[in-house]
Amino acid sequence: MSAFDKVTIARSNNRLTSVDYINSLFGDTFFELHGDRRFADDKAVIGGIGMLRDDMPVTVIGLEKGRGTKERMERNFGMAHPEGYRKALRLMKQAEKFHRPVLCLVDTSGAFCGIGAEERGQGQAIAENLMEMMTLKTPILSILIGEGGSGGALGLAVANEVWMLENAVYSVISPEGCASILWKDPEKTAYAAECMRMTAQDLFKLKVIERVIREPKTVESKMFDSLRGIIAATFDRYNEMSTQELLDSRYNRFRVLGNNVTPLEPVLEEKPQPEL
Amino acid sequence: MFNNDLFTFLKPKNELEQTSEGIDVEYTPEVPEAMWVKCPKCKALLLTADLEANHKVCGKCGYYLRLSARERISMLIDDHCFEELDSDLTSENLLAFPDYDAKLNGAKHKSGENESVVTGVAEIGGCKTVLGAMDSGFMMGSMGTVTGEKITRAFEYATEHRLPVVMCTVSGGARMQEGILSLMQMAKTSGAVKRHSDAGLLYITVLTDPTTGGVTASFAMEGDIILSEPNALVAFAGPRVIEQTIRQKLPKDFQTAEFVEEKGFIDAVVPRKDLKATIAKLLKMHE
Repeated sequence: MSAFDKVTIARSNNRLTSVDYINSLFGDTFFELHGDRRFADDKAVIGGIGMLRDDMPVTVIGLEKGRGTKERMERNFGMAHPEGYRKALRLMKQAEKFHRPVLCLVDTSGAFCGIGAEERGQGQAIAENLMEMMTLKTPILSILIGEGGSGGALGLAVANEVWMLENAVYSVISPEGCASILWKDPEKTAYAAECMRMTAQDLFKLKVIERVIREPKTVESKMFDSLRGIIAATFDRYNEMSTQELLDSRYNRFRVLGNNVTPLEPVLEEKPQPEL
Repeated sequence: MFNNDLFTFLKPKNELEQTSEGIDVEYTPEVPEAMWVKCPKCKALLLTADLEANHKVCGKCGYYLRLSARERISMLIDDHCFEELDSDLTSENLLAFPDYDAKLNGAKHKSGENESVVTGVAEIGGCKTVLGAMDSGFMMGSMGTVTGEKITRAFEYATEHRLPVVMCTVSGGARMQEGILSLMQMAKTSGAVKRHSDAGLLYITVLTDPTTGGVTASFAMEGDIILSEPNALVAFAGPRVIEQTIRQKLPKDFQTAEFVEEKGFIDAVVPRKDLKATIAKLLKMHE
């Protein structure tokens, strides 16, 4: 499967979104919390508390694209405004206070580009999340479930571990944007997707993520049972660390990125189109 | 490259006045062309010596010409008080991205730098500080892995030696040719800024034209005190991207430093000539 095939799957309208994961992992224990206490409630970000295990309350925050045209518009197609990032940070600080681990679910084409977003400090909101998440004194796990679009995704992905679904993608710019800026040629979009190394498999090689989660052909509750199990076990492991160890492990995880990479082999431009 | 501009002096006087108002026609033809610079904004021809004396601000229209990292540093520091850090670090084409090697070489040749940021230890107004300046001549100040590494090391050095940091930003944002590794530098640098901040140390950012994208969404907006040069473009998404997204024209002055200050995200817009004294004063108050 080519990188661009994965982009298409990651963007597909019937792919599971954050709400599906929250319902399946937390059931009716999930209680949604709204608003950033500064400006508004951004519906592109859904957040709240739920029980991952009988003894494990977790703060869960997801970028949510919505389902169906009406809901997708309400949720701004998962493109958050600054107040969305500020709501996420508020809930993370609350999790820190009550010693709850934080689970972030990432699925966005990017932070929203618009007048209001700029006026209210989109850059500053993301920057603050990056800084604060780095020293949040509770374990953070981020899972990219669909699209991971640049800074808008990273604003919820400074974590002790970052995982990806096997057909999720994560990149610094969309392949369309890359092809148009670098080569002024929309025909090269699929090639740009290969060159940027945005698939879970490539990012695992680059040590940007810790785990690739296999996607079953059809959605089974078994997948969520096993996912719930490994998430809880991961939080258990980080909960055993001292605060200093926990923060050092997060800092060092990002500190070495890019320095610990063996240069990759070039991508050949003329690739035979694989069958879907 | 200035040949065409010199021909303007051969044009009739009334036309000349339209194109380059206020230039003394009497003396200009005798000056060698290397001593002239054309203002990118108002197209006036300016004497290099005058321009230098005016901190590279156009004397005719007030336009701020971009400074290289070295020019920025020498404008801010006390005489010869700069000891560079990590000058030998240079980027590799880690993703084997097409044409990136050639681009890197071109950028090195054009800017004379190894990367898009220069860092070091400086004295400003007698105060010792870590100082960084980005260079728009190096792939538009884009953030590669080595850019992030140098900035991170500069903050770690400052934390270890208990020094403030002054960082002058100019950047088009992330560097596409380094893909996700470029994005990760936002988290890496932010982590180093946070540790420096938690150690109770001062961080001043100086935003210059343009500061955008991943640099705005990381260390540029994380200063305790955020200064900017007048009229600099300060944005997360650039104006063209926004116009394409929302399909409407943006208001005039949108995303200028003055606009961003009014919205509450910049502490002060400081003219270039006052920048050194302002930074020195702020450093003094935190000693």
